[in-house]
Amino acid sequence: MSEAINNLPPKPVFDLQAVARELLITFAIGVGIMIPMVLLRTTDRNSKLVIEYHWEEMLFALILLVVGRLGLIFLDKQKPMPTLIIGLAMAIAGWTFEFPTEVLEVFMLAAGIILIIRAGLALWREAKGVTENDRENGKKRRELLLKHSTGYITIVVIAIAVILPFLTDLLQFILPSIWGDSGFVVGLSSRYVVDVFTLIFTYILLAWGLNIVVGYAGLLDLGFVAFYAVGSYSFAILARDFNLGFWTALPLAGIIAMTSGLVLGFPVLKLRGDYFAIVTLGFGEIVRILLLNLYDLTGGPDGINGIPRPGFGNVVFARTAKVDGTQTFTDFFSNTFWQIDYSTTHRIIFLYYIVLVLCMLVAIFTIRIRKQPLGRAWEALRENEIAAASLGINRTNIKLAAFAISATWGGFAGAFFASRQGFISPESYTFIESAIILAIVVMGGMGNLMGIALAAIILIGLPELFRDLNEYRMAAFGFGLVLIMIWRPTGLISFRDPTVLLFGKKKREHEEAVDATKEGNS
Amino acid sequence: MAYFLQQLINGVTLGAVYGLIAIGYTMVYGIIGMINFAHGEIYMIGAFIAVIGFTLFSGLPLVSAILLVLALSMIFTAIYGWTIERTAYRPLRNSFRLAPLISAIGMSIFLQNYVQLLQGARVRPIPPMIKGSFKFFQDSDFVVNLTYLQVIIVVSTIALMTVFTLIINKTAIGRQQRACEQDKTMASLLGVNVDHTISMTFIMGAMLAAFAGVMVTLYYGVVHFFIGFLAGMKAFTAAVLGGIGSIPGAMLGGLLIGLIEAFWSAYFTIEYKDVATFVILVLVLIFRPSGLLGRPEIEKV
Repeated sequence: MSEAINNLPPKPVFDLQAVARELLITFAIGVGIMIPMVLLRTTDRNSKLVIEYHWEEMLFALILLVVGRLGLIFLDKQKPMPTLIIGLAMAIAGWTFEFPTEVLEVFMLAAGIILIIRAGLALWREAKGVTENDRENGKKRRELLLKHSTGYITIVVIAIAVILPFLTDLLQFILPSIWGDSGFVVGLSSRYVVDVFTLIFTYILLAWGLNIVVGYAGLLDLGFVAFYAVGSYSFAILARDFNLGFWTALPLAGIIAMTSGLVLGFPVLKLRGDYFAIVTLGFGEIVRILLLNLYDLTGGPDGINGIPRPGFGNVVFARTAKVDGTQTFTDFFSNTFWQIDYSTTHRIIFLYYIVLVLCMLVAIFTIRIRKQPLGRAWEALRENEIAAASLGINRTNIKLAAFAISATWGGFAGAFFASRQGFISPESYTFIESAIILAIVVMGGMGNLMGIALAAIILIGLPELFRDLNEYRMAAFGFGLVLIMIWRPTGLISFRDPTVLLFGKKKREHEEAVDATKEGNS
Repeated sequence: MAYFLQQLINGVTLGAVYGLIAIGYTMVYGIIGMINFAHGEIYMIGAFIAVIGFTLFSGLPLVSAILLVLALSMIFTAIYGWTIERTAYRPLRNSFRLAPLISAIGMSIFLQNYVQLLQGARVRPIPPMIKGSFKFFQDSDFVVNLTYLQVIIVVSTIALMTVFTLIINKTAIGRQQRACEQDKTMASLLGVNVDHTISMTFIMGAMLAAFAGVMVTLYYGVVHFFIGFLAGMKAFTAAVLGGIGSIPGAMLGGLLIGLIEAFWSAYFTIEYKDVATFVILVLVLIFRPSGLLGRPEIEKV
């Protein structure tokens, strides 16, 4: 009776036979999965295909699978203690023992850690007597808190982003007695870190562009990379054949990408849902194939080389100014401000600021357009097409606008990418890029700029950290994508604040948020 | 004329393979409304198992080796199909539309790299197993070749599709699948085990893809970890072309894509054969937005 009052679900019965059956099924499936891929491996020997047997690896992988499954079963049956022990055992085994391959050790360790975390959380909840209801409330409270403080977080994030290239100098200036010359601080704004963040910001730019189509207009675009490619190639060709500089070619590349968005968008916007998805996927591939085969224009598989780097005015980023009338950044800076030495890092930092400014422009544009009639029309279309149409919204034009704007941002990102790399080839514009950008948008919680930026840092930045494990990087990326989607199906930051509120509603919500926070503290 | 006939033969063979893979896409789409992006990878795994099998059983007589490899490839690939559904899609069954899609893309990237890591990044060849052909038509000096292998592929595909259609139309599991496709909630109220039915759909799709994989391995003689992507995309295009959700549509779409590809490569440029496929897809969809044999979608507010 008391259980019913407390609203606690009855503890699941621990049925030994059922558990054994479950484990046996896991084992059987594991055997089925591993025989063709883990046990039997094809290798070339004397230019003849032979099969190698890897019994040891399969055995260890099977043990890992069954033990891990046992841990999850205990967790399901609300017995976190055994799970914790299993997790600890797995982590220690993975850390200390010699396994047939390193991957197995990493897997063992990672699985152990995940089990430990999950069991620890469950134990903590049990000790505190947290019910399902409390969890829901806590989640809601945290979301409101986050929503409430988005403004402050944004300012802090932008501030950090702006000073990132000089973070080392600043910190060393501020905290000399505490950290001194510690390697960590020095590493913070090294050339490599700034470069990685330039890459991350390029993806943020792309994802914010795609977000307009996917997140706001609700159209599933699987070929976004087409506009990225169009931007890159038009930038490169304009620079090569017409000798245009970065600042002239960049807007032109954006305009060309926009035009291509209009041209490609026009025939397909009548299509709905997944038909639209497959056609955009097709366009992405068509553009790539064209780039491969229009040899005279695009250089085919060899790509385009020697794309000019950005400068400003008559200032170039190089050791010496080769063209008359230009000067190097080192000279310019030394003459105008104070004496500095030439460093290749200057160019890297300059590129970083260009992409940062582009991102800021897109963010401001996006935030503002959401409140304009156009942005509202997108959201109306996303929520219900027929209802929106019967209210007098011209579906084709509104969708076309979304397509064209997102293509423009894609084009800017492409032009920037081309200028940063100095070399482009069709290899950079495969379907996998579209998939990664889409994954960033969805994982960020469609339509939420902050969430998308966070997702980009995770999906692009984390794999960069593991550059050494190059071979395993993409496999881990794919697996991680699956895990994150299962963990948070609606994205990392999934609340969607209404763009337009009726008078007074905003105030009420604000008060609710404050109340909720107080409740949480008491 | 002879040249045309030859291309027709090649196109039909290719189309049979695409059709088999397309059925997997169309069934999954029909029943849970998601694009199973990892299906191309399932086909690739089927083909890889075939390479392993043919290398292992190279001592056996030809017919028994092929039958054994077919059976093994279909069984193991079915296990992969089941596992993928169970781990990557089932937890996301009732979440919003794009979540399973991203999960599927992740699974596809994972499987590609998983096979590359374990089986190597190089092309894996097998020796040609079924040689010989009918030379039945001669036009000046051009001989039309219908290889035994092509006959086997087309005939076995037709047989498999017939059996498959019978399963869908006549057996209990087929009835359950059709019921789930129409209304999952109602089906489960009437005693259909929806989870089980969806699992069976994935298993069947994987088996057909594995069959296609074995046939392609025999036909081309080489397998590579990346073949799943393009084949998957073509097969999905075929499914959409025929009207996604419709099984005869998938077969027809596969056949058409195969024919388009063969004729385009023969009469125009081989570099643009993939472009041709997509252009025709776009044209069909503009004029018949629900595909050739698909039911028009009626949307209610």
